Amino acid sequence: MLMFLAKRLATGVILLASIATITFFLVFSGTQRVVVNILGQSATDADIAALTRKLGIDRPLLTQYADWLSHALRGDLGNAWTMDGSVTDILGRTLPVTLSIVAFAIAVMAILAALLGIAAATRSGWIDRLIQVLSVIGFSMPNFWLGLLLIIFFALTLQVLPATGFVSPASSVTGWLASITLPAGALILSGVASAAQQVRGAVLDALRQDYVRTLWARGVSPRSIFFRHALRNAVPAALTVLSVQFIALLSGSAVIERIFAIPGLGALTVQSAVVGDIPVLMGIVTSMVAVVVVVNLFIDLLNALANPKVRLS
Amino acid sequence: MTTAPLLTCENLNVSFGSHHVLKDASIDIRPGETVGLVGESGSGKTTIGRAILGIGPVTSGRIVFDGQDITGVAPRNRTGDAARIQAVFQDPYSSLNPAMTVEETLIEPMVYRGLYAPVDAKARVRDLLDQVALPADAAHRYPREFSGGQRQRVAIARALALSPRLVICDEPVSALDLSTQARVMDLFIDIQNRTGVAYLFVSHDLAVVRHISHRVAVMRSGEIVEFGNCDQVTSNPKHPYTQRLLLAAPVADPARQALRREAFERLSAAS
Amino acid sequence: MSDLVNNDTGRRAPARQTLIRAVLRNPLGAAASFVILCVVLIAILAPLIAPQDPTAVQIFKVNAPWDAEFLLGGDGSGRDILSRLIFGARNTLLGALIVVGVSSTLGVAAGLIGGYYAGRADTVFSWVADGLMALPAIIVLLAFHQVLGSSIYYSMAVFGILLTPGFFRLTRNLVASVRNELYIDAARVSGLSDSRIIFRHVLKTVRPPLVIQVSIVAGIAIIIQAGLEFLGLGDSQVPTWGGMLQDGFANLYVAPEAVWWPGLAISLTVASFVLLANAVRDTLQQNQPTGRKLAVDPSPVSQDGDAADSADIILSVRDLAVGYPDGDRWREVVRDVSFNVRRGEILGIVGESGSGKSQTAFAILGLLASGGTVLRGSIRFEGRDVTKLDFAARHALRGSQIAYVPQEPMSNLDPSFKIGFQLMEPMRTVLGLSKAQARARALELLGHVGLPNPLRTFNAYPHQISGGMAQRVLIAGAISCNPKLLIADEPTTALDVTVQAEILKLLRNLQSELGMSVIMVTHNFGVVADLCDRVAVMQQGRIVEINAAGTLFATPEQDYTKMLLSCVLEDSPVRAYVAPTAGGGN
Repeated sequence: MLMFLAKRLATGVILLASIATITFFLVFSGTQRVVVNILGQSATDADIAALTRKLGIDRPLLTQYADWLSHALRGDLGNAWTMDGSVTDILGRTLPVTLSIVAFAIAVMAILAALLGIAAATRSGWIDRLIQVLSVIGFSMPNFWLGLLLIIFFALTLQVLPATGFVSPASSVTGWLASITLPAGALILSGVASAAQQVRGAVLDALRQDYVRTLWARGVSPRSIFFRHALRNAVPAALTVLSVQFIALLSGSAVIERIFAIPGLGALTVQSAVVGDIPVLMGIVTSMVAVVVVVNLFIDLLNALANPKVRLS
Repeated sequence: MTTAPLLTCENLNVSFGSHHVLKDASIDIRPGETVGLVGESGSGKTTIGRAILGIGPVTSGRIVFDGQDITGVAPRNRTGDAARIQAVFQDPYSSLNPAMTVEETLIEPMVYRGLYAPVDAKARVRDLLDQVALPADAAHRYPREFSGGQRQRVAIARALALSPRLVICDEPVSALDLSTQARVMDLFIDIQNRTGVAYLFVSHDLAVVRHISHRVAVMRSGEIVEFGNCDQVTSNPKHPYTQRLLLAAPVADPARQALRREAFERLSAAS
Repeated sequence: MSDLVNNDTGRRAPARQTLIRAVLRNPLGAAASFVILCVVLIAILAPLIAPQDPTAVQIFKVNAPWDAEFLLGGDGSGRDILSRLIFGARNTLLGALIVVGVSSTLGVAAGLIGGYYAGRADTVFSWVADGLMALPAIIVLLAFHQVLGSSIYYSMAVFGILLTPGFFRLTRNLVASVRNELYIDAARVSGLSDSRIIFRHVLKTVRPPLVIQVSIVAGIAIIIQAGLEFLGLGDSQVPTWGGMLQDGFANLYVAPEAVWWPGLAISLTVASFVLLANAVRDTLQQNQPTGRKLAVDPSPVSQDGDAADSADIILSVRDLAVGYPDGDRWREVVRDVSFNVRRGEILGIVGESGSGKSQTAFAILGLLASGGTVLRGSIRFEGRDVTKLDFAARHALRGSQIAYVPQEPMSNLDPSFKIGFQLMEPMRTVLGLSKAQARARALELLGHVGLPNPLRTFNAYPHQISGGMAQRVLIAGAISCNPKLLIADEPTTALDVTVQAEILKLLRNLQSELGMSVIMVTHNFGVVADLCDRVAVMQQGRIVEINAAGTLFATPEQDYTKMLLSCVLEDSPVRAYVAPTAGGGN
């Protein structure tokens, strides 16, 4: 079990390192264009050369990489080119905002998907049909369009929730909830039905196992067969669904934060992508992958605990 | 007894990692002969068959077919008579490609090997289906339209397509119903009498092996514990394991089975 | 019997043609195909059908409502929304095509190689796929925006790479499962090369699921592309659906209607791709039972003819018929089956596959597979017709009165729980034992069924014991609540013959010790001869003959029984070896 987790941790670290490296060489190979972007079309060659030297991107790519890596290992991701402050500070400001929304969204999604999925698995019929229809609708409605429709309906027409902005949970929990309800709703509506369908599949699969029939034949109570045996064996498949959805939510945060004017990592990504703030983008990719690695490690841990074959190895 | 062997396996060893699944196994098969290979699950009987076919690994030892060393040579690299080793597998449901008609299945090896032009191959399909007692219109149907026994006949026809001198039969009747099993066994014997093909007949069932074999080898945990004439091995075995195997299989007669059961329990108590 | 005759002829059309036709016959599939076809035509014919130049600006049409000239109104810059919508289909489909092309080519190629050869290539590919799946797509595409430049198509190509894992995993898993099919071995034995096997045999069978994946990926691509354009990363000169949404967003407070049209266009197109994928999937799964409910004719009231000797008879089955829904009617797998089981008797039910022997057993347990229904007849256990009992009363019989030993030992134990727990749970529920009592009895039972180290087995998980041991555990579980009737469904078929002998001995000893009745379902006449007092022979859902074991084997009455017994290979004459005269071959 410890071996298993150590292996998964090592895999995660290697993954993080290789993605950071590949990303570095890709984004830093396009710095020349960025410098022109930052200075504007009227910049002279001398201006460009000066800024290039100032940003340290006149050095060979490998030297830049070694420099970046040695600082990154100490938690220093360099300074932003177009904003004030260090990348680490900027990330420290924006990452918690995004994580608070995504964590809230994934929690709501997990609960809804589990309830709907289990309901559909046990009482096929209208709820099953409903989830099928909803998952097609959810899949085909882009979350940014949904976000716009939510704003039109809840903020402009009904005026019950704020259209934009973010309130930190530290200053007001109710304010925070009000400010993230629409963004989180836009984020999860597209995925919740399909996640529910997958939960339903996992539960039905568990209920179809041979040993379930044997448990019935032994006279074990239906409640135990369902909640203890079937659900327990459906957990790994359901957790995998959550892990995939988590990554999708992180990805979706870029668009959603832009629509709802939330000062999170997603909005930061859009902003720095447009101007070409490469150190910030580097920091964003690195930190997001790190978050994904940690979440996946946590899910691996839960799965290992649920599976005696892994737990006892 | 003076006939030169068609196939000889000398001291075959096969290991998967630290798993030694075949230990110094040696057998030989004469032309037109059936050698039965009996053993329980994990005894290594399938491993020998796959090694001979060239689709399984060989760690050490030699496999000689008609004077040619074919140890570890993949089927696609076998030429001449060495290509004339074919196979019939256990599960008739997974041994035919569901997306190909019977004709496509039968023609492919013939044309690919360059033995027949496509037109001649089609004519031969009719002949092959006739040999395994399937109607000619079976050629254009898909495997899902056939019963288990019929599928096994198609698999036999496929093996015969390349005019084999040796067919490795890996549990070819154990997935079939009793009545179908008997008819497919008779087909195997009939084909052997007509064409002089040799069989290595792998099975877990001593009664099935006795029905078709001339000689029988018994395997346990990767070793051949007994190899001799069919009658001797299957009715008067020398090795205690073969005795146990023989007595463990119940016979379809309550009175005789009661005696056999007692004998089995005596043997178990003694060992 | 039917070995040489098969009524199920016809259906000779190649599988692929029928797949397309079947998808089009499905109403949703046809509608989805129609919409996709329309979008494609609109994209191709855009210059011909667009009423206006999509880039022409009319200053007084800024955020204008619809009129005769601008059928859907004007956008924030005074351009015709309808014409931009029509031209937007072009770059939407082109982007989707790029994504599908890149991801399917790379993914399928890697999947074929990884799945077929396994080993190192597979490890590397799987690792890369895991890595790509850990990336939040939009974030990565944004990060690479400066490198990739303003053309959305480069971004879509990169997105295609990010979606490669879907195709890779699908292909790899399909290939890996096909690779172990015996027809691949047979193709190798025929001397076919690897590339020929991959293209002829492997690719052919994995194609339909790939069609589904292509459709889904096309949908995802359209959404992500629109998302990037919405964020302003597209070429502002080209009319796009995402760009139109951005424009609508900028004017949300002035003209909120403008966000409807591009959103609807995206949703409708994506929904069509998803529905097409669903239609293909449904077509592939067509053989599965439909969820429709069929009416059951009320069974005639059974006469209590056997009431006289009912004290001795523990189970009495009368005129039993079991059916499964098949389209609009019932397919009867068991019919007119009647037999009695006396107290302390072992009844064998023997037959070939499809004879209905297992279905009869499951009908008695009330555990028919989904859709299975007792259509007629009665099953009286100790005088009570159990088919008339409600769910709770029926369930109360299971375990305590009627127990079950399954065929496959390993798959019949829950892999997540220790064996001890799985033994104790029914005893605590059914017998109401305390934890300590149940534990003591479980250990005692494990010893009783001949396990050498009961405590070790008690604390083991199912994956830690062998198949023979697992079957002993299942037998211990079956007898744990002192049942009066034990139903064993092919309990030794999955076991080696020496293990089978031991399990049969165990069953015989337990039966005589506990005095319970046993129904032994099997296809093996040897097992019947070894264990059973009486035998019922089944064929195609009916009992053809039922008699005392000694009589049935010595003087079978029915031709079918005689035929089956004649097929038993036993002490057949040994063949004499004659060396072939010619050089062999044919």
